[in-house]
Amino acid sequence: MSLVLEKRESSSPLVNFLVPVLSVLFALLLGALIIYLSGFDPGVAYMEMLSGAFGSGYAISETIVKAIPLMLCALGVGLAFKTVLWNIGAEGQLYMGAWAAGWVALSFPQGQSWWLIPLMMIAGFLAGALWGLVPGILKASLNVNEIITSLLLNYVAILWVDYFVYGPWKDPKGYGFPFTPFFGEGAWLPTFFGTRVHLGIVFALFAAIIIYFLLKSTRLGYEIRVIGENPRAAKYAGMNIFRNIIIVFIISGGLAGLAGMAEVSGVIHRLQHAISPGYGYTAIIIAWLSRLNPITTVLVAILFGGLLVGGFSVRSIGLSESLVYVIQGIILFLLLAGDILTRYRLSWRGRS
Amino acid sequence: MENNAVKMEGIVKRFPGVLANDHVDFEVRTGEVHALLGENGAGKTTLMSILAGIYRADAGNIYINNRRVHIKSPRDAIKEGVGMIHQNFLLINSHSVAENITLGYDRPRFLLKRKKLEQEIQEIGQKFGLEVDPQAKIWQLSVGEQQRVEILKMLYRGAKILILDEPTAVLTPQEVQELFSTLRRMAQAGHAVVFISHKLEEVMRISDRITVLRKGRKVATLATRDTNPGELARLMVGREVFFDIKKSPPKPGEEVLAIRDLHALSDKGLPALKGVSLSVYSGEILGIAGVAGNGQKELAEVISGLRPAKGGKVLICGKDLTSVSPRRVIEEKVAYIPEDRKGVGTVGNLSVLDNLILKDYRRAPFSSGTFLNLRYIRDHASSLVEKFQIITPTLETSAKLLSGGNLQRLILAREISCSPKLMIAVHPTRGLDVSATESVHRMLLEQRENGAAILLISEDLDELTAISDRLAVIYEGEIMGIVEPKEVTLEEIGLMMAGKKRKMLESSEVTS
Repeated sequence: MSLVLEKRESSSPLVNFLVPVLSVLFALLLGALIIYLSGFDPGVAYMEMLSGAFGSGYAISETIVKAIPLMLCALGVGLAFKTVLWNIGAEGQLYMGAWAAGWVALSFPQGQSWWLIPLMMIAGFLAGALWGLVPGILKASLNVNEIITSLLLNYVAILWVDYFVYGPWKDPKGYGFPFTPFFGEGAWLPTFFGTRVHLGIVFALFAAIIIYFLLKSTRLGYEIRVIGENPRAAKYAGMNIFRNIIIVFIISGGLAGLAGMAEVSGVIHRLQHAISPGYGYTAIIIAWLSRLNPITTVLVAILFGGLLVGGFSVRSIGLSESLVYVIQGIILFLLLAGDILTRYRLSWRGRS
Repeated sequence: MENNAVKMEGIVKRFPGVLANDHVDFEVRTGEVHALLGENGAGKTTLMSILAGIYRADAGNIYINNRRVHIKSPRDAIKEGVGMIHQNFLLINSHSVAENITLGYDRPRFLLKRKKLEQEIQEIGQKFGLEVDPQAKIWQLSVGEQQRVEILKMLYRGAKILILDEPTAVLTPQEVQELFSTLRRMAQAGHAVVFISHKLEEVMRISDRITVLRKGRKVATLATRDTNPGELARLMVGREVFFDIKKSPPKPGEEVLAIRDLHALSDKGLPALKGVSLSVYSGEILGIAGVAGNGQKELAEVISGLRPAKGGKVLICGKDLTSVSPRRVIEEKVAYIPEDRKGVGTVGNLSVLDNLILKDYRRAPFSSGTFLNLRYIRDHASSLVEKFQIITPTLETSAKLLSGGNLQRLILAREISCSPKLMIAVHPTRGLDVSATESVHRMLLEQRENGAAILLISEDLDELTAISDRLAVIYEGEIMGIVEPKEVTLEEIGLMMAGKKRKMLESSEVTS
């Protein structure tokens, strides 16, 4: 007797649902083991995380603040994944979006005009789109592996922002810290109900709805679905695959760029070193966990926002917040490992 | 029985949805070159992969040198002296010939005795005419030389039974000649050689005996000197009883498709079409007969815009559509039923509804500008499902859950719904049961009645002779002749499929 993998002729909806859910649960269990081995009580730590993330109005608002860039990046990344384009570059696209928005804001320090924020949005979106276009064009024209190019461009973008905040744009009154002066208040996104939740939440929800309808009821969305599932059939149907790759990278990068714009304009109010604690990478996990469904992405992004905020609060009992990243990593690992079960089933095979 | 190097008995192998080998018996003697002949999908490679330990048979026995063996892995196979050379080489480009040959082999155990290894390789090479520099890196070698490395690898491991899976597909004629003399020498040295092929001429040239497989079953084993290409062609494509097809007399109209001196390359970059010229008229079915791999696929792809032409012209209703985009061809109302229903013709993970609009989604009333007209699409899809009797639980069901016949009806429904001027159908009934086959034939004939020009590519001679008005035979990318099915015998078509030109047939009594 031996355990073998048999190809499934069709994927089961139950397994498709269970794999992500069980991945999260197992990751939390393994996380508990790690907490236990570091000498803490897992129950206490998780309760602390939960109340830190969702235990009060303030906690929830902070969770949503973190969820905004996650949603925007994950929606973009998910759209690319749907087309089977592995855009790993949301982090860099976010930085470029933040940089471009910052450039606009710093150029108009007194700006109280109504057009300043729209201009920052456009600049942020375009800069992210441009950063996505580089791997997109290389992929579409020369079939260069977009995983490598989009990933490596992240470092370029991060260092690009660092150059400006350590160099030409450094705040002269900032005691040498790597950040620019604060933007003028006209460049701040409005916030709601006295919390830090800013207008970016509207961008994110709007983007989710647009992508949902894009996929469901537009020609472009139909082409994206066909190309992602079967590029040979797409070619047979006369679809222009080159053009679609370019468009998807523009939207995908643009949304991450918009996330960067929202983060600097809505939360930080200036450019600085390390704008993002890895939103662009966490977005990959979120997109995958939500099975690339834009509506689910919004909900999963809120969970991950909670995980980040909860991670800060476990510091109060002496645990390191890097625990959160350990758990995130385990979730993705289990999710990818579990994906094999959606395509294969385990069965026992006797000797023939 | 006395000198059987290999005897396979009652081999059965099932894959999901396919019976790849159905109680196949197969014997190879020592010292012979034995050709395993059959169409694509006849089960040749599967049968030999079982012998080479890549697949395991669901039933049946294998004897090597009259001793029953249990081969569970390629490692077991090589221990029994069975070595298979695959169509795609398994070599490491940046390593040398000698390194590739010793890779994965447990001798030498620890230290590479490079000098000795290289010398051994050279000796084997000289013996069989497989000369290649052991120090050369694989990337420096031609395809033919790389194949020699694969053969050397097996010989070095002591293989006595060599299986070559379509070894000539990638070779130039000179390299084929060299390969054949190597195979002869190996047979003379007492090896048993199995040569998998669907090329009749090569099989006649190299083999001592031939086993023909068809649809997973063994059809016959013949001595090469007692047979001829015509007989082999008939055994390969077989005969199936078709119900009487009611067909009105042809009333060909204007020329819809005109192909002039068309040239194109195969995926491997070798010439696949060498000056094909044809016309298909409105209201007629032109059949293309030929053994698979003689340029049929490339012909269909060039017409539909999926493959560029290297020379010549494709005219559709007088418009030059040579090497234009598939979209341009679709806009000229050209329907295309591709050979690969699941890989090309449909998107398995998308719904029946989505698959029914694959060609139409970009035009009104299916969409207007940016948006799909979902209501119209749904009505259109459900009327097609009803009209073409596609059996599906709902319109949202994934296409991959449909049976072969239903999937083909889906494709036909989609392709016919644009009222095509030209229809290219490639193996439209392959793998379908009798009733599904009949419904496909009926639909093709209906389109003919409606005045469409139909180019039907098939391997099934009976199908072709039953429904085509004219029949063109293709061999190695050239048209051997265009005939009216009623006026020729199957024997004559068989000879043309084996490379005899129609003119030659007429001028003399030719037998090979």
